[in-house]
Amino acid sequence: MMLRLVAIRLFFGLLTLWAVSVVVFAATQALPGDAALMILGRDATPERVAALRDQLNLNAPVTVQYAQWLHGVVQGDLGTSYSNRSPVTEVLNGPIGASLTLMGLAALVATPIALAVGAFSALRRDRAFDHTTSLGTLVTAAIPEFVVGILLILALGPGGLDVFPSVYSRNGGPEQWVLPVLTLAFAVAPPIVRMMRATMIEVLESEYVQQARLKGLDERTVLTRHALPNAIGPVAQVVALQLAWLAGGVVAVEFLFNFPGIGKVLMDAIENRDVPLVQAVVLLIAGVYILVNLAADVLGLAANPKVRVAR
Amino acid sequence: MTETTETVLSVEGLTVIGRPSDVTIVGDVSLNVRRGEILGLVGESGSGKTTVGLALLAHRKRATEITGGVVEVAGRDLAALDERGVRALRGRAVAYIPQSPASALNPALRLRVQLCEALHDDALSAAEVDARVREVLREVALPDDDAFLGRYPHQLSGGQQQRVAIAMAFVGRPDVIVMDEPTTGLDVTTQAHVLATVRRMTREYGTAGIYISHDMAVVAELADAIAVMYRGEVVEHGPTGEVLASPRHDYTRTLLAAVPRMRTDVPDRERDGDLLRIEGVSAGYGRTPVLEGIDLTVARGECTALVGESGSGKTTLSRTVAGLHRGAVGDLWFDGAPLALNGRRRTVEQRRRVQYVFQNPYEALNPRKRVRDLVLGPYRHLVGRPDDPDRVVAEALERAALPASYADRFPEQLSGGERQRVCIARAVATGPDLLVCDEITSALDVSVQAEIVALLRGLQDEGMALLFVTHNIALVSNIAQRVAVLERGRIVEYGPVGRVMSEPSHEYTRALLADTPDFAPEGAAAD
Amino acid sequence: MSAPPTKDLAAGAARGRRGGGLFRAAWRHGRTRVGVALTGLIVLIAVVGPFVAPYTPTEFVARPFETGVDGTVFGGDNRGRDVLTRFLWGGWTLLILAGASAGLGVLAGTVVGVIAGYLRGWVDEVLMRVNDMLLAFPQLIAALLVMSIIGPRTWLIVAVIAVSHTPRVARVIREATRAVVEQDYVKAAEAIGLPRWRIMAVEILPNVTGPLLVELGLRLTYSIGVVAVLGFLGMGLQPPTADWGLMINENRQGMIVQPWAVVMPVAAIAILTIGANLITDGLSRAAIGIDRGVGR
Repeated sequence: MMLRLVAIRLFFGLLTLWAVSVVVFAATQALPGDAALMILGRDATPERVAALRDQLNLNAPVTVQYAQWLHGVVQGDLGTSYSNRSPVTEVLNGPIGASLTLMGLAALVATPIALAVGAFSALRRDRAFDHTTSLGTLVTAAIPEFVVGILLILALGPGGLDVFPSVYSRNGGPEQWVLPVLTLAFAVAPPIVRMMRATMIEVLESEYVQQARLKGLDERTVLTRHALPNAIGPVAQVVALQLAWLAGGVVAVEFLFNFPGIGKVLMDAIENRDVPLVQAVVLLIAGVYILVNLAADVLGLAANPKVRVAR
Repeated sequence: MTETTETVLSVEGLTVIGRPSDVTIVGDVSLNVRRGEILGLVGESGSGKTTVGLALLAHRKRATEITGGVVEVAGRDLAALDERGVRALRGRAVAYIPQSPASALNPALRLRVQLCEALHDDALSAAEVDARVREVLREVALPDDDAFLGRYPHQLSGGQQQRVAIAMAFVGRPDVIVMDEPTTGLDVTTQAHVLATVRRMTREYGTAGIYISHDMAVVAELADAIAVMYRGEVVEHGPTGEVLASPRHDYTRTLLAAVPRMRTDVPDRERDGDLLRIEGVSAGYGRTPVLEGIDLTVARGECTALVGESGSGKTTLSRTVAGLHRGAVGDLWFDGAPLALNGRRRTVEQRRRVQYVFQNPYEALNPRKRVRDLVLGPYRHLVGRPDDPDRVVAEALERAALPASYADRFPEQLSGGERQRVCIARAVATGPDLLVCDEITSALDVSVQAEIVALLRGLQDEGMALLFVTHNIALVSNIAQRVAVLERGRIVEYGPVGRVMSEPSHEYTRALLADTPDFAPEGAAAD
Repeated sequence: MSAPPTKDLAAGAARGRRGGGLFRAAWRHGRTRVGVALTGLIVLIAVVGPFVAPYTPTEFVARPFETGVDGTVFGGDNRGRDVLTRFLWGGWTLLILAGASAGLGVLAGTVVGVIAGYLRGWVDEVLMRVNDMLLAFPQLIAALLVMSIIGPRTWLIVAVIAVSHTPRVARVIREATRAVVEQDYVKAAEAIGLPRWRIMAVEILPNVTGPLLVELGLRLTYSIGVVAVLGFLGMGLQPPTADWGLMINENRQGMIVQPWAVVMPVAAIAILTIGANLITDGLSRAAIGIDRGVGR
């Protein structure tokens, strides 16, 4: 039962990924202008353009072009960047690592703190800590991430307390990671806090927790044995969804801090109308997004004994 | 049986109020129970009976506060206990059997963990705990092997879950056990088994039991003494026989009179020609068959009852008649003409003449509409624009015994019984010949149930035929002339009510009749 | 027959709230009032701003990033235009774009959600699969992809954000619809043979207004965020338009010497989104009880 559900989810995940590839390809087809002209520049001779068109197969039917492109993508060949004439995979190599590190650090900072704060405010329900947390998450959840970033720069960067640099540079120290990581952490945390709190409250109010208390168990056993295992499933899903959000959320933050990740690559590629690069980054981000969502689904299934153990 | 035993639970003047509203939820309640005895605590929803039950475990619901009274369990005053003392008390001195074990058993833990932790006694070794758990499982007639202990709650049936809850309560050999409607949602046969188990266990262990219930019939059969609660107060308290024979309080009398009594003396009635004929109807959900080869007729002006336990297919059959169930095959005839199985293919006139009343009045009325629009909606669609809409509404409400002033109310301003009356008014407004009633009393308190049944009888006297679906066979003898007993999608017995009740021919009907709690108080005359 | 008893009144809690009651219930939360005040302030600035601005938004009154210029309150921006004027002019575009995209998205999502939730079967299956595909695009990335290809156009901004909202709203409304469809009053309407579109319009829609309003608030908050971030990334409204998001983009290089040109739009966007979210929170507490137990 469990395996079947996972297989179905996996199938739809792949199907979605394929649909995304069609959309990305179709979108770039709608682009005005000629790819060959883009590569060669305005001053190219018509003969050279024609030759390159042949070479890139731009005269073939769209479906053939798509098939060739997809074939390449599956084999890890994402084409050649227009702007710096090197393979897209090479261009993306460094930025992917940087972005993943950034996202990983943000997740590492945000998740444990968010879980702890959420669980604690559920236990302190309706008291001062809970109200403060509730209001705090409401406020931070509302503000767009780049605004959070700017506010952090104004407070902690130059112009404010001047503790951390506001722009990333190649030869800067580790302190330049602080503000980008903090910004993303602020953006990721609030939904996790709220979900953890809501789930914990629901579990604590459940009849099985009441029954555990009526059995005469001590509060610690009630919490760790009866409450927490039932709260993990739904919360894990939200955590995964937030991590998926990071994949798209890094763009504005990287742009703001001039951080050399895929988000910045994307913005530069858009600026230069570098189609293969845009395709690759969008496909990559959507892919990560789909994968993490899939992981969230599977995690949710695995945490539920009703699914894990058949009747 | 109970002469020489000590009083192990005594409650004096218990008062619980709500915070911050200061509403009295339970006021000045006094009770006492001796070893091996069961006290039935009877009351309708909102009477405060569960609040009393939880107070016996030194537990209070959110936003309530115990402001007065003394609760003594085995000589210990609960108010004097600290947190540690309360923990030691629970499970050992007082145990609790919840209303719905499906939600009171932790879905994420195996039975072994949940049973063993209930015996939190440091003096016992793991092996002793294990042995004790298996012993008590055998006592409630459950398997005691490792495979069973390794299961999760969702792998058990409803009856098994309730047995596990009982085992969990008795595992610590408590002095007092509080049972909060533990048979709600179980069918009568399972209920009978669970009740027998509870009875036997309290006797064997010498445990004092508090059995909280809204069902007078169940309590009458099980309890040694009865306390009746009404609006947070105990209005009557005495030995079962006395309370049943000579109730002192008006409310107790109402409650007793409202309990449907099993009658076997229903006279046969001449049949007037078929209004509805069901021939060879089978139905299912997806590939699961629910009904197989049903044949049934309802004569003009007759009430035919459809009895069965949950899962017997009775609701599916009534919905098929109403044209609401997809995936049925067979033939329906209404007043000599074929009646399409798909409601959308029926003529407007047919839809007008067959009306349906739903089980749960809290879900059957659109909360955004006033009573007036609820009643007029079907009328406009099936009969046409009325010349005098106010009169149509007033007449329909009057037939459902509601004042015409209710037309301006929204459903949330009505009680459950009133809502069900509005549902009936909505159905009778179009002047139907057949009213299909699907368990229409099961979501209501007994006293309200009796009034609805009286209302239906009145409608029948005016010439309306009824298809009355219920799980309560005692109710059948109070309203129907003919009864069909459904078991697992088949009709196993079908005939006049008098004969079926007095000489049931099928084994299943006999079991159903035997397992249904019944009492015949000498004082109250059968109506 | 005696008067109908009211004993079982407590047994049934009201299933839904009526529209007016919802706002009244939400108003009881202090946060809702704070939210209304904050949102109202920013809306007021955005609407009245252009009429009270001291200059025109493209007039040069100072040197780039110059502060303390006579006749200006907050100095000049990156091109030497009056910061206060551009701030007062830059709000209404954001509000209109965000409002339009949230409104359209919620409208489309509601239609899809109610249809999928009520009709079920293959219609539901197809709609929800398409939904899942749309959901596979992070909102911002989808917008950037389209903007980068077709170019930043106003209608396109609205369309892309609305489309990205649609599947998210549809999901929520579908869930709410399914809960309503389970209720017997829908079955009662079917039993008398009411046409499907009327069941959806009369029986279902009025009973999902709670989640609908909450979604509208939520989508409005997100729309403001996306419109602003597009402007900030230079993919939204184009110069020389005065727009808060674009203002932040244009002036962030000079943030140290001329903080006002960044601080004012940043503060406005923050206050606006916080206000909208506070109202949404009040509505959701009143309607669904998402956050049961906090306050009253």
